[in-house]
Amino acid sequence: MSLLSVRNLRVTFHTEAGPVEAVRGVSFDLGRERLGIVGESGSGKTITGRSVLRLIRPPGRIEADAMTFDGQDILHATEAQMRALRGPRMAMVMQDPKYSLNPVMKVGAQLMEGLRQRDRMGRAQAHDKAVAALEAVQIRDPARVMEAYPHELSGGMGQRVMIAMMLIPNPDLLIADEPTSALDVTVQAEVLSILDNLVRDRGMGLIFISHDLRLVARFCDRVLVMYKGRVVEEVAAADLMRARHPYTQGLLNCLPRIGGARGPLPGLDRSADWAQ
Amino acid sequence: MIEIENLSVTFDANGRRVRAVQEVSLRVAEKSSFGLVGESGSGKSTILRAICGLAPISGGQVRIGGEPVPAPRGKDFAARVQMVFQDPYASLHPRHSIDRTLSEPLAIHGIGDSDARVMQALRDVGLPTSFRFRYPHQLSGGQRQRVAIARALMLQPAILLLDEPTSALDASVQAEVLNLLMRLREERGLTFLMVSHDLAVIDHMCDRVLVMQHGRAVEELSREALAGAQMTTDYARSLFTASADRMLGG
Repeated sequence: MSLLSVRNLRVTFHTEAGPVEAVRGVSFDLGRERLGIVGESGSGKTITGRSVLRLIRPPGRIEADAMTFDGQDILHATEAQMRALRGPRMAMVMQDPKYSLNPVMKVGAQLMEGLRQRDRMGRAQAHDKAVAALEAVQIRDPARVMEAYPHELSGGMGQRVMIAMMLIPNPDLLIADEPTSALDVTVQAEVLSILDNLVRDRGMGLIFISHDLRLVARFCDRVLVMYKGRVVEEVAAADLMRARHPYTQGLLNCLPRIGGARGPLPGLDRSADWAQ
Repeated sequence: MIEIENLSVTFDANGRRVRAVQEVSLRVAEKSSFGLVGESGSGKSTILRAICGLAPISGGQVRIGGEPVPAPRGKDFAARVQMVFQDPYASLHPRHSIDRTLSEPLAIHGIGDSDARVMQALRDVGLPTSFRFRYPHQLSGGQRQRVAIARALMLQPAILLLDEPTSALDASVQAEVLNLLMRLREERGLTFLMVSHDLAVIDHMCDRVLVMQHGRAVEELSREALAGAQMTTDYARSLFTASADRMLGG
């Protein structure tokens, strides 16, 4: 049985200009694997991720034919039931550590907060566990990071702190929203290998949201390509280079290559039928 | 056109000396395009900032067209050298309209006919002239970066310093902005000094590239050497292999 199953997900926001459908009928299943969701900004990939955790605030509305997580109906679950799921069972690493960590709270206190509140753990024990979590994401100097404020960390460190925080309760499903886009290529490779080990060792399901097709092709098992709130193509990552949809091909072709031709890069043709 | 000799930049952070750039030398020929690549903290952006006088030069020399740069940089320098910054969300004044952003350099330099020049600048970067009285928050990231490029070109400089001009943009928008930069360089014979962490972008745009690490120059490569993977240092090679471009394997 799949870990997560989403059928015909639609997310609508009511704006002054009328309702805007950010996600228009997305369906997918996730096992204990790495699923990539790729698309440009505004394609609805982040909203899809947030919808799974039901983190869409009114007036945004989530509708779906069905949404189940590990056999549990998460479409009709109460807020209290969702709270019990968020964190221990499913977690999301948000995009930007600059905006997602509390700027006026030390990193250590933020890491320990969940352990103290949710798991009713003692201070010393929570501290040890937080340090262990930082070590697990290969932060070399966890004692210093525990005492640091978020602005004292580099982008790569902040990103790893957020991953550490989400992994403390050992969730079954991790949604990572552009976890590496702010990072250098070498740090990026490190963070990816951390995530990779976690999927393999803990049997975690991972939804990896990114705008970088090349990265996703290398890292994930399967890829959903989204455009304007729809999944335009689902493809095994190994076959991405042979993707058939013109949008997927367009996204691949507009990237410069080392040793590639010098001419203008092909832009995306948004005039075709599929773009409507 | 740009000659940098043994440039060092040292910051004083809470009594601790941070040597951001250490004895880096490079030469950019006229009308050529030169790339600086490296991880964050490698000092590549600091070099651009030092050229503009935004970072303190503690050693070495920067020459533009054979002459040492004046301190402070002054109007003549601004008319020859302009910079495009990384984050188009942060580099445009949020409460100035596009028109005001674009006409300010003209006003400072006492250049008339700003109406026609602003309209032409918008057309040159592929924006509709109806955007003239919009504010930055009414534009997308790619459109903002086009405005930032238009602003840098208002004084018709010979040299553009580009600090990660596309790293905040989507792949498809990045392609559009890179194409725009290529076209403008060709049309106006501009000299580019461009910083990026993406080796594929640098390779696409530049004739030569300098790999930097920890504030030092590691290796300078021609475009052919880069494409042929003829780097001699381990660090340049590791950057090359970690480059997302190599991940395609196709």
